[in-house]
Amino acid sequence: MEQQNPIIQLKNLGKQFKTSNGTVTALDDINLDIYPGEIFGIIGLSGAGKSTLVRCINYLETPTSGSVIFEGVNLGGKGQAVIRQARRSMGMIFQQFNLLSQRNVLQNVCFPMELSGTPKKEAVKRAQELLTMVGLEDRMKAYPAQLSGGQKQRVAIARAMATNPKVLLCDEATSALDPNTTKQILELLKRINKEMGVTVIVITHEMSVIEAICDRVAIIDQSHIAEAGKVSEIFSNPKTAIGRQLILGDAARQVALGKDRQLRIIFDGRESSEPVISNLVLACKTPVNIMYAETRDVGGTAMGQMLIQIPEDETEARRIINYLKTIKVTFEEVR
Amino acid sequence: MTWDSTTVNMLLLGIGETLFMVFASSLLAYIIGIPLGIILVVTDVDGIKPIPVLQKILGLVINLLRSVPFIILLLVMLPVTRAIVGTTLGAKAIIPPLVAAAAPYIARMVESSFKEVDAGVIEAAQSMGATTWQIIWKVLLPEAKPSLLVGAAISITTILGYSAMAGFVGGGGLGSIAINYGYYRYETEMMFVTVIILVVIVQIIQETWMKLSKVSDKRIR
Ligand SMILES: Nc1ncnc2c1ncn2[C@@H]1O[C@H](COP(=O)(O)OP(=O)(O)OP(=O)(O)O)[C@@H](O)[C@H]1O
Ligand SMILES: [Mg+2]
Repeated sequence: MEQQNPIIQLKNLGKQFKTSNGTVTALDDINLDIYPGEIFGIIGLSGAGKSTLVRCINYLETPTSGSVIFEGVNLGGKGQAVIRQARRSMGMIFQQFNLLSQRNVLQNVCFPMELSGTPKKEAVKRAQELLTMVGLEDRMKAYPAQLSGGQKQRVAIARAMATNPKVLLCDEATSALDPNTTKQILELLKRINKEMGVTVIVITHEMSVIEAICDRVAIIDQSHIAEAGKVSEIFSNPKTAIGRQLILGDAARQVALGKDRQLRIIFDGRESSEPVISNLVLACKTPVNIMYAETRDVGGTAMGQMLIQIPEDETEARRIINYLKTIKVTFEEVR
Repeated sequence: MTWDSTTVNMLLLGIGETLFMVFASSLLAYIIGIPLGIILVVTDVDGIKPIPVLQKILGLVINLLRSVPFIILLLVMLPVTRAIVGTTLGAKAIIPPLVAAAAPYIARMVESSFKEVDAGVIEAAQSMGATTWQIIWKVLLPEAKPSLLVGAAISITTILGYSAMAGFVGGGGLGSIAINYGYYRYETEMMFVTVIILVVIVQIIQETWMKLSKVSDKRIR
């Protein structure tokens, strides 16, 4: 993937908002390369700057410094016509779906083609194909008010795909949906990525969304990129506090509970056949307390993590750590 | 007061004149008010094409016009009316001052209807590369239609109220009848009849436009 030229490059991107209470820095020195055909995740807590970042990519928000380079063209300082053309190559979907309430499903999907001047007949045909792809062929005459959240998001996806974009920007696209519907929408996005070769950029505050579909991820924290890389790598070895917080999730609360030293052991699917903990107990002759354990599907491989409590005694603790090192299990001391 | 054919004919003529005044001036006021309302929303600081200076000046002019009492506007507009219509008497002559009073009011009504349009939907259109014109024609107007129709019910009935005042300057219509008989000749019965007819007309306009709004709105059902 990385041999190709990036489809989107963000260079020293910054965005400040001038408000009555002074200047708010929403983005600061953001550098990212996004490659054609990948599903790229951007995760961060509320207010981190995710929406601002994605809105800068299609210039809905004009960056105050740095540049957005789309297919080798710097969008900075370009006229409205160039920006509009770039936007047509980047579909966008939203948390609140943003469908036109006075148009039915078919008319909604035809809308972007109307804007770009596609002949009506052709537009209707393409809209029907897209609605069939998202599984709404029997709801074409329905109005948005008559649809469920999941159905609305499917319409929005069909609409975003109408102009054959190369990139699909998804700002919290599943945050208003229940877990089951979320799964279906994520599968649809994955299918669009695989079958149509569309680069997908997913903005979310949920690690589960990243794990489910993303190839690479950038963690954004307080206007900065804290870390970025392959999802499996970030998952098994988060380097920043915010990364650990987002990945540990529920486990983080467990960490806060206990008083003793704790280790986080990461299983990346290879050693799942080996009884690591029983072997550890037998080898080190020390009991360990399992505080938390879970398995997740990260990009198709089963990845697990476990929090164990280790004895206060320094020699016993050292013995456990050395044992884990010798059997080459990924782990880190949480505290 | 006797219910002979002269009285009935006079009332029918009054109704006809009133409806003509109201609908002709509503139409003209909307032709002027809708573009003004669009400019107010679109050129706002956080509008889709911010031109704050223009927006502020237009807003100020509209407020000025709206603060002039209608009866004063009637008198001030006399020369303008004579220039446009050729006379200052009768139903036709009342249309220019009615339009002058209603257009700024309608501009504000239209502005508030457009402001109700979901910002997210406008953003979605922008993300698809829509031009400012496309957003006005294909997003703002259609999405605001139900609200614009509710606004029209209020605007038209307000214009009807103004038109009744035209009686004082010989403007014709039901207002003239009410004033001539009720006020100058103390025939209160005739005044009541015209007032009741006005109430019925207001009711019919209100109901019709609310119904139109409801039928056109795809958010309910
Ligand atoms: N138009 C604006 N004017 C002023 N400040 C803004 C504006 N838009 C965003 N901000 C500020 O920029 C920061 C980042 O906002 P942004 O919406 O990008 O966060 P986010 O990560 O998308 O959060 P959430 O998960 O809640 O959607 C916040 O501090 C916010 O208050
Ligand atoms: Mg956001």
